[in-house]
Amino acid sequence: MAKNFFDKIRPTFSEGGKLSWLHSSFDAFETFFFVPNRVTRKGGTHVKDCVDLKRLLIIVVLAMVPALLFGIWNLGEQHSIVFGLGWGFWQKVWYGFVKIIPLYLISYIVGLGIEFASAQMKGHEVSEGYLVSGFIIPLIVPVDVPWWMLAIAVAFAVIIGKEVFGGTGMNIWNPALLARAFLFFSYPSKMSGDSIWVGGLSKALAGGTPWKGGEVVDALSGATPLSHASLDGLSAAGTSAWNLFLGNIPGAVGETSVIAILIGALILICTGVASWKIMCSSVLGALFVGWLGTVGGVTDIPCWEQLLMGGFAFGTVFMATDPVTSAQTETGKWIYGFLIGALCITVRLFNPGYPEGMMLAILLMNTFAPLIDHYVVSANINRRLKRAKTV
Amino acid sequence: MSDQIRLKKGLDLPISGAALAEVTARVTPDLVAVKPTDFRGMVPRLLVKEGDSVMAGTPLFADKKNPGMVFCSPVSGTVDAVVRGDKRKLLAVRIKADGRGEAVRFDVPKIASLDKEGMTELLLRSGLWPCLKQRPFGTVADPAAEPKAIFISGMNTAPLGPDPEFALKDDFAALQAGVDALGKLTRGGVHLSLAARSFAGGELHKLTGVVFHQFEGPHPAGNVGVQINHISPINKGEVVWTVDLHLVAVIGRFFLKGVYDTRRIITVAGPAAVKPSYVEVPAGVCMSSLASYFEQGNVRVVSGDVLSGEAVGRDGFLGFYHNQVSVLQEGDYYEMFGWINPFRSKKFSVSRAYPAFLRRKKYDMDTNENGGERPFLMNDVYNKVLPMDIYPLYLFKACLAGDPDKMEQLGIYEVIEEDVALCEYVCPSKVEIQNIIRGGIELMMKEM
Repeated sequence: MAKNFFDKIRPTFSEGGKLSWLHSSFDAFETFFFVPNRVTRKGGTHVKDCVDLKRLLIIVVLAMVPALLFGIWNLGEQHSIVFGLGWGFWQKVWYGFVKIIPLYLISYIVGLGIEFASAQMKGHEVSEGYLVSGFIIPLIVPVDVPWWMLAIAVAFAVIIGKEVFGGTGMNIWNPALLARAFLFFSYPSKMSGDSIWVGGLSKALAGGTPWKGGEVVDALSGATPLSHASLDGLSAAGTSAWNLFLGNIPGAVGETSVIAILIGALILICTGVASWKIMCSSVLGALFVGWLGTVGGVTDIPCWEQLLMGGFAFGTVFMATDPVTSAQTETGKWIYGFLIGALCITVRLFNPGYPEGMMLAILLMNTFAPLIDHYVVSANINRRLKRAKTV
Repeated sequence: MSDQIRLKKGLDLPISGAALAEVTARVTPDLVAVKPTDFRGMVPRLLVKEGDSVMAGTPLFADKKNPGMVFCSPVSGTVDAVVRGDKRKLLAVRIKADGRGEAVRFDVPKIASLDKEGMTELLLRSGLWPCLKQRPFGTVADPAAEPKAIFISGMNTAPLGPDPEFALKDDFAALQAGVDALGKLTRGGVHLSLAARSFAGGELHKLTGVVFHQFEGPHPAGNVGVQINHISPINKGEVVWTVDLHLVAVIGRFFLKGVYDTRRIITVAGPAAVKPSYVEVPAGVCMSSLASYFEQGNVRVVSGDVLSGEAVGRDGFLGFYHNQVSVLQEGDYYEMFGWINPFRSKKFSVSRAYPAFLRRKKYDMDTNENGGERPFLMNDVYNKVLPMDIYPLYLFKACLAGDPDKMEQLGIYEVIEEDVALCEYVCPSKVEIQNIIRGGIELMMKEM
């Protein structure tokens, strides 16, 4: 039935049809429902593997679903705690759901809108890359971020971060992180501080009606354990490593629950979609610098607890492994991942004003990934030249 | 003798329709063609006209750059048509066979009595020279070049390809004569790579006057380019020659019988093949002679293997170098929610994004692209199927950028299209990688 529908409207969008200028959009929707009937060309392989980018990217999205589901519940949980509401499970889920839906709508409508428009202008097929970026963005921004800000950040990330370089596959920086960085540097007051990570808290503190006359139980409990711990150590933050692992703490929607992220990591590694080398070396890098920090007396936090805090786990699993912006060579991946982990913890240890180092660590290493690859590939070239000389 | 080289990277395609070990026909063709397009780097000058009668071994055209290098008719008959394309480019010389099997008789001296010049002259004159291919670039060998060595792959890992031990089981005398003849052409020796099971006790292992190498691993371990990369990689300025094993037998037969005899035992196989098996044919045989092996309907007939062969159609001709015909259904259908389907049990994927890695079965593969073309995105899929010390993605990008210096540095001398065919197969972005490499090679040849 759906097939008939597409067959019927295809002429309208084909060359010479009334809406032929919308061809890319038609194509995007049609290929969403149907694997196209295109056959392999002469002069190439006659059979092709059945994997395509849609499949690979949907797996990345699937891997993030546990983090999202936990995040939705946790939004309600944190709100309930801070405002002393004593909600049940479904009330919490509903609260989180209502909070997160607009963020997703904005992310996808703005982001995909721009992707479709630019594909249309270039006459390309719409690339699926934004499916993943658009899914990540609501998971890493404060839940109370004003909608117009989010829209601008998404537009910035897609246009400046991606399209000006030629679209999906050509970008230098991870688009989702670019959106977050844009928000962070453009609207710092909305992106840092103690109150932004719990839904409704900043509004309440700003003098609005808290919640049906209820009092804010403890304003400080809105701070993420990371920002506390960076100043006073973990126990002063009033939270345990177990809570960090579980994730029932304030923070960005997707990044609090290490266990949910680990499920995602397992999916990505088992399917081979993301590089285990990057994840592994990033953890090693973080442990190494975390250990140096304790040995050098910079911090009291044991290095393994660093792995549980803040956005480290989420960044390592879902953003450092972005195949476009990470290092492209296998050797390069080890170096790239290690430096991300190391830089992230370095920022945490030495910059109490902004303890979340993951975003900057990944963006910085995105910038240097081509340089790392350059040296790895140069080594291969030199090997070839040396071979020529010795023979 | 030689150490064993074990390759881990690569992929044996689980495609259905493998040939039974049985020769089901010895085809005497009605129509054959010699296609100048089979021979890279050669500019043909026509030597016959329509209506001329020819014998097996009569020159049809010669290379403009090397007038001594001739390309001969594989059968006796009359020149049926001279097929030309755009700008009068010579595409094929078609010969209607008379079935009498008359051949030009050559007076063949003893192999041992020939030196390099004598051997070269004889092979050129007899039309056998084009059996030798040259790396870099996979052109017809340049008679003036001094090759580092000659490499022969004695194993076939291509999907549905013939097993050399079976296809050449009656030709061991010819193979011995062939390698003896080739030995005259180089001081670097004739190198024959064998699969582990052909080693020690295999008939091919009894050949003398060759340097043996042992390889193990999935396709493309049987590709001569991959073997060279592990035995003695090609550096800038070096030249090696390669000969397909079945063409070594053709050269050998010439020295045994004094005639140009291109008959070979090929496989006709694939998911759309009726009774896939071995068939004996001459070079350039028309596919219509094999029609009974093809299923009805919209079927693609490929001269060569499904990864790097050429789609020639039901009326096309077998390529000069090819020793298999693959038959596939065209995949021009829509598949609803294909990429969302968690199992997709009818399709194979090397990616663990599908559960195909849990199944041990053969698949009826077809020619569907299974997706739309996208920019390069995944970066770790290509090197998993290219067992060479090369960074494939960087080489492809250098070819796309048309940068000869970078291509040279990144290893363009060491690959031809067939070596990267698996990269194209696994590419989730559906990029035409063999075309990219072809473009790169053509650019390099122009630059040099």
